[in-house]
Amino acid sequence: MTSQSLQTAGETKIRFAGPAKSQPRRPRVRFDRETTTKVLFVVPAGLFMVLYFGYPVVKNLTMSFQDFTTKTFFTGEAPWIGVQNYVTVISSNLFGPAMLNTALFTIGSILGQFVIGMALAVFFNKKFPLSGFLRAMLLLPWLLPLIVASATWRSILDQDSGILNQFLGTFGIPAVPWLTSPSVALIAVIIVNIWIGIPFNVTLLYGGLQDIPAELYEAGALDGATGWKSFWHITWPNMRPVVSVVLVLGVVYTIKVLDIILGLTNGGPANATQTIAVRSYQESFVNFQFGVGAAFSNILILISLVFAIIYLRANRRAVDE
Amino acid sequence: MNIRTKKHMYKVLALAAVAPFVLSACGGGNASNSGGDASKLTLLDYYNNEPDNTIMKGAIDKCAAEVGVSISREAVPGKDLIQKVLQKSSSKTLPDVLMLDNPDLQQIAATGGLAPLSDFGVDTSGFAKGMLEAGSYQGKVYGLAPTANTLGLFYNKKLLAAAGLKPPTTWAELKTTAKALTKGSQYGVAFSAIATYEGAWQFLPFMWTNGGDETNLDSPQNREALQLWKDLVDSGSASKGVINWSQGDVKDQFMAGKTAMMINGPWQIPALDADKSLEWGSVQVPINKPGQTPVAPLGGEVWTVPQTGNKAKQAKAAEFISCFTKDSTQLSLSEARYTVPTKPALAKEFVAKMPTMESFTEQVANARSRTGKLGDGWPKAATTIYTAIQLALTGKASVGDAFKQAANG
Repeated sequence: MTSQSLQTAGETKIRFAGPAKSQPRRPRVRFDRETTTKVLFVVPAGLFMVLYFGYPVVKNLTMSFQDFTTKTFFTGEAPWIGVQNYVTVISSNLFGPAMLNTALFTIGSILGQFVIGMALAVFFNKKFPLSGFLRAMLLLPWLLPLIVASATWRSILDQDSGILNQFLGTFGIPAVPWLTSPSVALIAVIIVNIWIGIPFNVTLLYGGLQDIPAELYEAGALDGATGWKSFWHITWPNMRPVVSVVLVLGVVYTIKVLDIILGLTNGGPANATQTIAVRSYQESFVNFQFGVGAAFSNILILISLVFAIIYLRANRRAVDE
Repeated sequence: MNIRTKKHMYKVLALAAVAPFVLSACGGGNASNSGGDASKLTLLDYYNNEPDNTIMKGAIDKCAAEVGVSISREAVPGKDLIQKVLQKSSSKTLPDVLMLDNPDLQQIAATGGLAPLSDFGVDTSGFAKGMLEAGSYQGKVYGLAPTANTLGLFYNKKLLAAAGLKPPTTWAELKTTAKALTKGSQYGVAFSAIATYEGAWQFLPFMWTNGGDETNLDSPQNREALQLWKDLVDSGSASKGVINWSQGDVKDQFMAGKTAMMINGPWQIPALDADKSLEWGSVQVPINKPGQTPVAPLGGEVWTVPQTGNKAKQAKAAEFISCFTKDSTQLSLSEARYTVPTKPALAKEFVAKMPTMESFTEQVANARSRTGKLGDGWPKAATTIYTAIQLALTGKASVGDAFKQAANG
């Protein structure tokens, strides 16, 4: 979560810093001193990238072409086996369902998080007593360690004695097999993930709302744009850049979600909540087939990369506008 | 602040920002515990929770004193142990004494990271056959266990007495007893059918008792065992929640009075005894047909000597393991931790001291190791077993197809 917030902060800054770039360039008097300074500023970031992003990505890539097992750790030998790991991954019976589940999980989570997040952000944009306090409370799911959150939800969603079914029972709704039926489990996992993702969405969208000048609403109100009209014609168009950030980052964060699924269902019941991330974890750290696990996670990285490119392109367009 | 000093400051700041990377890059290379002094040993285990932590520390210190070494011990959480071992083996910093969960031994021995105990003349006679099998790889003993555990059937004495029932000894009795004990929010029986190795482990007593085998999973015997579990869940005698319950959850259900019987292991006894109002008993796992012997899986941790390259230390470590698995250690550890000595000759003495452990001690005598037949192929079989259970209990596959479908996974 920390990296999540850091990255977001960084990326929003880049976006807003865009227009400021076009300052007239000063003539270079002390060329080399200035260049040295500039280079020195890039070096820490560069080193960080190489050590903490470059190395793992390259290692993961090479690992996926190797027969990397428990033995490798002791002997240091990992025979090169070409695309064998990818063949294993794609031809496994769980690959199709896992891909589908990953897609459903991501789309469902993003949709829920965004709609609820947007509604709450608009709601909190109005000042009312305790609004600041309540907004702060909204961040709670974000502060809770995911393992704690999933353990708590597991007991909430228990079919027999879970509080949710007890509550629904008072309205005469029969017990829902949240985590024990293959057809409901994925929905339950998505619901929990929506709950966890709401603070992220509210925070960013609220920030975006704050940036819309109040004059626009005042002018709009004079022309009769209030309520829904003001949302569609003033809020939504002005929010577009923020919305694209929230959605694309949301996809990248959701697609790799692992801890919640492990904590709630461990990929069960009957593989109903297997996603590519869960497969990758289980191959690597349960079956100790690190090569196959790496192949799974590379597929995940590839999908994330596509969305990262979409994000960067959307960003550039926003700056150009 | 003028521009020049400002720029100068930026430079200093930038340099300061680089410093940690350079420093951390240098920091990676040290480690290694292999000093030459054979009187100082390192040890790694996973008893990081109380009361095990303290009990183990006491036993370790006692044997360390006897062997004449000082031991620096590290205890990591159970699920992190294998990752830790792999890390340590790639950085050549394996401990002198290493504890492993018995089904993992063959996999680690297969990497070449462990030394056969016969290299150091460790006496391996008198241990239960199943336990030696679990500690062996390709015919050589790599690890010995001081104590073992297994699975049995726990029952709530008050609930059974109120219904005028006796603990079941056959599958048919299990079904009728469970059915009779199911009322309101109380289920008859609980077990863990979770999608992890834990689910496979809980299924083994039924599978093995019925003559099933892990080398041929899609067999009539295994299907019968699966049918039993399915019948229990479908008839409502066991909660549908079993497919998401760990053994800890099963114990919680039992303690809350939400289930009258459960399949579980003796390590839960301290928790059960903590509740004074709970009266429980235990019997061996029920059999399917007359004449069958209850066969349950062997649990427990084996102690090994990794290949650290320091012969003097390895010899001391082997001496430590001999002390740690000798009769007196077995008895004191078994008593303190509700486990069973791994030397069958000690059973009588042990049961005399700990009557509540009788059924588990009998169970251990006939118990089988998970890796005895398949070796490092066991994890794959275990995955197939728990997947088949999940498929059948959720109705995604029929009992007849479940094993076949799971094997294709």
